[in-house]
Amino acid sequence: MRQIATLARYSALELARSWWTACYCLFFMVLAFAFFAFGEEPAQAVVSVLNVVLLVVPFVSIVMGVLSFYTAREFAELLLAQPVGRLTVFFGQYMGTAASLALAFAIGLGIPFVWYGWNAREQSGTLVALLFGGILLTFIFVALAFALAVRTENRLKALGAAIFLWLFFALVYDGLILAVIVAFSSFPLEKVLLGLIILNPLDLARILILLRLDVAALMGYTGALFRQFFGSPLGIVAASACLTVWMALAVAVGASTYVRRDF
Amino acid sequence: MVEVANVKKRFGSVSALNGITVTIRRGQITSVVGPNAAGKSTFLKCLVGLVRPDSGEIRVGGHDVNRDWRWRRLVGYVPQAVHFPENLSPRELFAFFRKLRGTPGADGRELIELLNLEASLDRPVRQLSGGTRQKVNIALAAMFDPEILIMDEPTVGLDPLTSQRQKRWLERERARDKTIILASHVIAEVEELSDRVIFLLEGRVYFDGAPREAIQMTGQPTLERAIAAMMEQGS
Repeated sequence: MRQIATLARYSALELARSWWTACYCLFFMVLAFAFFAFGEEPAQAVVSVLNVVLLVVPFVSIVMGVLSFYTAREFAELLLAQPVGRLTVFFGQYMGTAASLALAFAIGLGIPFVWYGWNAREQSGTLVALLFGGILLTFIFVALAFALAVRTENRLKALGAAIFLWLFFALVYDGLILAVIVAFSSFPLEKVLLGLIILNPLDLARILILLRLDVAALMGYTGALFRQFFGSPLGIVAASACLTVWMALAVAVGASTYVRRDF
Repeated sequence: MVEVANVKKRFGSVSALNGITVTIRRGQITSVVGPNAAGKSTFLKCLVGLVRPDSGEIRVGGHDVNRDWRWRRLVGYVPQAVHFPENLSPRELFAFFRKLRGTPGADGRELIELLNLEASLDRPVRQLSGGTRQKVNIALAAMFDPEILIMDEPTVGLDPLTSQRQKRWLERERARDKTIILASHVIAEVEELSDRVIFLLEGRVYFDGAPREAIQMTGQPTLERAIAAMMEQGS
């Protein structure tokens, strides 16, 4: 545990000093200030920020995760020649990368939230849910990035697969769900659709935040179904649990390859 | 002591190591030489557990290298190329490795002076030259006073003065009964330093003995010519 913490701390320190991380933090700060300053209602601003978070956080996390894995690839050889287990090196690098991106996101969004939060205290729970959802997405998509990158020596191949995966979850998946609904409209599809929602972390994160916001009109069919099945409070717990399982599975896939491969 | 028994390793259709058996003794500098793609780096990576052999056994200081990782406290490894985190300074890297290995007392002061690294200690790695990065690489491997030093092309990028200092330091470490294993393309350096040369060709041990034995065997005046003659014979 001490070694994982040491590895994570230095890995995070390296990424925290990168310009890209600073830009990422600044992007969310400017975005949130703009939406809060120019939006009419705090709830409206939160929904606008949510849509950007659901697209940008997974994209940046999966791309930065892949790039960071390959940048640290040769350094990992040196780390693995130390009296340290392979799993320790993997978890340390993963935690450091994910934590620094999550921190940049949380600071970028947190400062405008705190600034405007005093005027919109009734929204504070939603703001926390948005931060929580964004942080969970960061950890999931960095884990997916590591799981992809550890399987191939070819950086471009891994980057291509990462962008495809993001496109699939962010854009293609909802189209597939719509196709299933249309194609099997005469069958009872509730449980099938519930299963399909669980298979997309982006949908889960969106539902998690919207259940807290309790805006039925924005939930869409799948969100409404999720709320109908679980109810709002249990739905939040169920979505969080599913997201945690996603993270654990992605980390497990990456780690199991990492311990077996040659360097 | 390092014992390697019938180690084989393939990468797809390419056979990198084809039944290597050697025993490397303490108090000696052993050099691993051979043409490009002869398997030198793969061999060294197998010794530190970075590459897992398909078959055979490697024991370092009596420990099976693929069973556990704690034995690596005995080893300092200098990889051929290392891409350090660009935004950390050498001082931060040294502190990081001290914490990682749990040896807070190892300050590496003697090596920092020997390699003339004082002026670069607080600059981020991205601002350091290739030679200075190589000095950091060597210092990181040696600062914990390991019993076994495994170095892949350790003099690449070093200026002549630092290269000479490093050689004298390696001789002192040999006198302290350390096990030193080098892979190098610089045969003059190998001849100057080594007690023993392992010549790899196509993943096999083609010659294993003292440099003068290689010279005597081939009838050549220098080790460089002897190695070249063996390469010609083997191809």
